[in-house]
Amino acid sequence: MSRRPRGTGESLKDFPLFGAISAVVFAFLYMPLVFVVGYSFNANRVVTVWKGFTLDWYLEVLQNDDIQRALMNSLRVAVVATALSVVLALGLAIGLLRLARSGNSFAWALIGAPLIIPEIVFAIGTLSLFVQMRMPLGVNAITLAHTAFCIPFALLPIRARLKSVDLSVYEAAADLGANEWRIFRRVTLPLLAPGVVAGALLAFIISLDDFIVSYFLAGPGGTTLPVYIFGMIRNAITPGVNALSTLLLLVSVLIVSISYYTSRRKR
Amino acid sequence: MSHETSALTINRVSKQFSTPEGGVVRALDNVSLEVAEGSFTVLLGPSGCGKTTLLRCIAGLEAADSGEISLRGQRIDDVPVWKRRVNTVFQSYALFPHLTVAQNIAFGLQMDGLSKTQIAPRVEEALAMVRLDGLGGRRPSQLSGGQQQRVALARALAKEPEVLLLDEPLSALDLKLRRGMQSELKRLQRETSLTFVLVTHDQEEAMAMADTVAVFDAGRIAQVGEPRDVYLRPRTRFVADFIGEANVLPAEVMDAGVRVGSIGDVGLDVISGIDGQPPGTRGHVAFRPENINWERTPNGDAHVLDVTFVGGDLHIVAEVGEDTITIRASSHHEEPPRTGDHLDLSFPAGSVRWVED
Repeated sequence: MSRRPRGTGESLKDFPLFGAISAVVFAFLYMPLVFVVGYSFNANRVVTVWKGFTLDWYLEVLQNDDIQRALMNSLRVAVVATALSVVLALGLAIGLLRLARSGNSFAWALIGAPLIIPEIVFAIGTLSLFVQMRMPLGVNAITLAHTAFCIPFALLPIRARLKSVDLSVYEAAADLGANEWRIFRRVTLPLLAPGVVAGALLAFIISLDDFIVSYFLAGPGGTTLPVYIFGMIRNAITPGVNALSTLLLLVSVLIVSISYYTSRRKR
Repeated sequence: MSHETSALTINRVSKQFSTPEGGVVRALDNVSLEVAEGSFTVLLGPSGCGKTTLLRCIAGLEAADSGEISLRGQRIDDVPVWKRRVNTVFQSYALFPHLTVAQNIAFGLQMDGLSKTQIAPRVEEALAMVRLDGLGGRRPSQLSGGQQQRVALARALAKEPEVLLLDEPLSALDLKLRRGMQSELKRLQRETSLTFVLVTHDQEEAMAMADTVAVFDAGRIAQVGEPRDVYLRPRTRFVADFIGEANVLPAEVMDAGVRVGSIGDVGLDVISGIDGQPPGTRGHVAFRPENINWERTPNGDAHVLDVTFVGGDLHIVAEVGEDTITIRASSHHEEPPRTGDHLDLSFPAGSVRWVED
């Protein structure tokens, strides 16, 4: 190996078998997706045997009433949960900005905790709570639960954005005659906008893709798309499942890409 | 200074901060100050002396624990920041990064509820005032530090505040730019005839710009006056030391004069500011390096340790008994002192100042 300092791009690329190892890692990460996407175009009803290219499964999936209902449920939950969690996250971010520094980091840790709590635990807890409260299961219950666990995800980009803003601009705004509301509308919100957009997209995708919590809280008529897909594969993996999964994947990739580019955009 | 001509009155203002370690810092300790209408007042002191805290209390960004602050005779202690007719130029400039230069300047005018047609000419006027004509469409990030500084100034000036507060506005600029901005600020103050209150830790900057300088020492105002007066007649040891160069030596009032450190007895005519100090009082005296007469004599008390050539001046460090003092002499002198010389020192009338501890 060369004597170049460690940690630079070149020295890592000089590592023996760098290319081969990278290929294995990427294959490991993306092979399952390649399978799903590839076989969604398979003309054979038996999933694992290739017979030829077709778009039939996409047509079938898009014309299926149950799937459409599940999709509408998913979108309804995702849109409402996103809106609620972003508003709450924004309020939290601004509120925490004013908290004394000592209390602040503890509060951040507390809010961030759901990120590492096992989802199954959260799901069981929410189910028990709703049953205790006699809250009917279904779309509304799912929406409420999604709102809760989307908050830390919405908060992450907003907080990152907030940290990059010099606090004295808020003081300058007040000094120039802006009251609290005008500071929020004219300075805070525009400065946080990229973070808010990124947070919203992240929350949306987290909600849209969620299975465990939705499965526990679905009840009759509350089936979301991931829950429906799970139901479909109970018997066998059909090309229809692959087509549906590919569509879901497409939406996710799209939204994550938008989120990435908005948060990266320099102001 | 009568109350009619006071733009700003600070009356017995105190403010404490608690430190994370559980201690208490008295940032402002019973501070009183009158700022005359149309004056350029500089709050001067080392960092942590409370000068910025006072500025923030005036702006309303910080609330004083006790005391009164009045603007043109009206108490403003309970008026929120955004309603006070004072504006601040922040140390970090605090420009809005998402707005253009012109939008930054217009911001304060929009908050006042002015119409677009009223705002446009005032933005132009403010830009011209700070010589940034034509740069209204730029983003702050596209400007140099000096230009950003001017935008911050224009933004505050456009509001025509009753008092303009400047918090270490020049500290981020390099030396050459800073000199230029000093005269620029003086010019702006003259042209607008607004009242400027500027905070700085740089005594040369303070001397160069101020009509009135207030020297802060650990949360209190040690002395207020014209810069020249403060330089010539420092009241405390701190002021003598902080402003310009000074030799400060321990002293004791005797019956017929003052005994100064190892220098010995100095006649009363040489000492100023000593009125009312009874014999036996111990304290300190201060005298300026350029205000010492010297004569080379083999038996002189002062022994020259070092001579440094600084352009027009010679800095001479001499030892007198146990004390070390600095003397400044002209480089143009025919036979300047050299290291190892012995000097006889004497002081012009009134040049040695009795200072409080």
